[in-house]
Amino acid sequence: MAKLGELARLIRSKNAGPFELTFDIMFDDPASFERVRASGALSREVIARIYHLATKDVKFFVVPDALAFKASIPRPRFQSDLADSDNHGGQQYAPLIDIEIA
Amino acid sequence: MNARSPTSPVEVRVLSGTGVCGSGFKESSLEAGLAKRPHFIGCDAGSTDPGPFALGTGGTAFPVRAIKRDLRLMLRAARRAKIPLLIGSAGTAGGEPHLALFGRLIEEIAHEEKLEFPMALIHAEQDKEYLKRRLREGRITPLSPAPDFDEQTIDRATRIVGMMGDEPWLRALDQGAEVVIAGRSSDCAIFAGIPTRLGVDAGIAWHAAKILECGAAAVISRPSPDCMFATLRGDHFDLEPLDPALRCSPLSVAAHSLYENADPFRLVESSGVLDLTHVTYEALDERRVRVRGSRYEPAARYTVKLEGAELVGYQSIVIGSIRDPYIIRQIDSWVERLTERVRGRVADVLRGDPAGQSYVFNVRVYGKNGTMGALEPVTEIRGHELCLVMEATAPSQEIATTIASMARHQALHLPIPEWRGFITGMACPYSPAYLERGPVYRFCVNHVVEPDDPYEMFPIEHVHVGN
Repeated sequence: MAKLGELARLIRSKNAGPFELTFDIMFDDPASFERVRASGALSREVIARIYHLATKDVKFFVVPDALAFKASIPRPRFQSDLADSDNHGGQQYAPLIDIEIA
Repeated sequence: MNARSPTSPVEVRVLSGTGVCGSGFKESSLEAGLAKRPHFIGCDAGSTDPGPFALGTGGTAFPVRAIKRDLRLMLRAARRAKIPLLIGSAGTAGGEPHLALFGRLIEEIAHEEKLEFPMALIHAEQDKEYLKRRLREGRITPLSPAPDFDEQTIDRATRIVGMMGDEPWLRALDQGAEVVIAGRSSDCAIFAGIPTRLGVDAGIAWHAAKILECGAAAVISRPSPDCMFATLRGDHFDLEPLDPALRCSPLSVAAHSLYENADPFRLVESSGVLDLTHVTYEALDERRVRVRGSRYEPAARYTVKLEGAELVGYQSIVIGSIRDPYIIRQIDSWVERLTERVRGRVADVLRGDPAGQSYVFNVRVYGKNGTMGALEPVTEIRGHELCLVMEATAPSQEIATTIASMARHQALHLPIPEWRGFITGMACPYSPAYLERGPVYRFCVNHVVEPDDPYEMFPIEHVHVGN
């Protein structure tokens, strides 16, 4: 087992406009990318569970050319609304680091 | 514009100044780009990323001096090479004050550098009566997710801008402008118009534009913002960073399609959708990448995206920290008791004032869940100190500061059962402890308008700059 954070070259989150949040999980080498893909541990369902959403609200993409996975969700709070704590959406990926990959 | 020769295939060369005007680039990179004889220089100057304040206040996210530095270098280069300069989404938000600022900066630079040229300013701030009419006609529709948007929202909004496509840019150039400064624009539209006009395939032009609008962001490792160069011809475009230390790879360019987009394969523009499903990336050498297979699907209906900001209120905050482990272990109930006491003080002091009924008091607890709030999966506090940001938002600055000041005093001396006697339970680094944040705004619209044509929302104003 390894943690996703140990296999990825970069895990990041960012605004995709003021109303959506997007996550990029990127790899340096095809082997790590394929390992994560084959494990099934990173999926629409997993993202939905971590961010307390219905599965249908999560967009999930596999981008082989970029050796990357991508997920986009409605922003938990719209950017800069009073209850928002992350104007750029840049620090919302931390729970993804610990996903266990077989 | 007529650069298409009947005997040679179309080749269009594009120089992008940087990812955001004001973020900087190397002068040597700009010179290297100029040496490659670009057809034009483009630069995006906008973003919603800094938040709604720019749209609300009329201010900019980057310092005006930094913006002027970048504008000066690009303007001098464009005039020297006798090529158009296109700057989009002026002043971060692209509203009237932002466009006016950029127009003024260009005039100042022209005066200082003794330059003379025809300039167009393309306005993007929207008339409220126009928007209400389109709303009543059912021609404003929500994207997903979107806040509620009705005529009252339009009335309350401080400022609403439309995001123009490439058509107003081309019209401004057709009407004789050599420097075009636009209000809010699609980032890609700045770069896609001229190449498509000169005969480049729309898929190639819009995909190259998508990469150019971010400057050097598509390189493998970018120590600081810089220029980017693209050569568009036939079924492909070639990307080349202009700082010899920077390199593009097929992976770095492919990965860039992920950045700040919800969907890495389909990018929606006013006039169509850029489809990247079948794109291939090929290394030409250690630094240059060739891109093929991008497609542009024309849209069934032409739409213009709106961005708007609404005043929420005025905010004052108090920053404090807690080191006492007894307080830390009961921080949730401590915040509840504090909030209750603040409510009591507001009732005492603001009795009869309607402002006392319409304030928001919130405490952010850094060290517990300040970053992720309710989504924070870590439930226990692992550190030995906490940072608190106590926040009062109210209809006036004076009321917000009144509440924040009362919160400071209540928090300082809030009793806990472990100690008997008068305590001081919070450290404040500043005197006065409160900070006045001024007006705060929210994004109030995520909708598109269906105009009669691509031009009606974006009036073009021509100005002769110089003597």
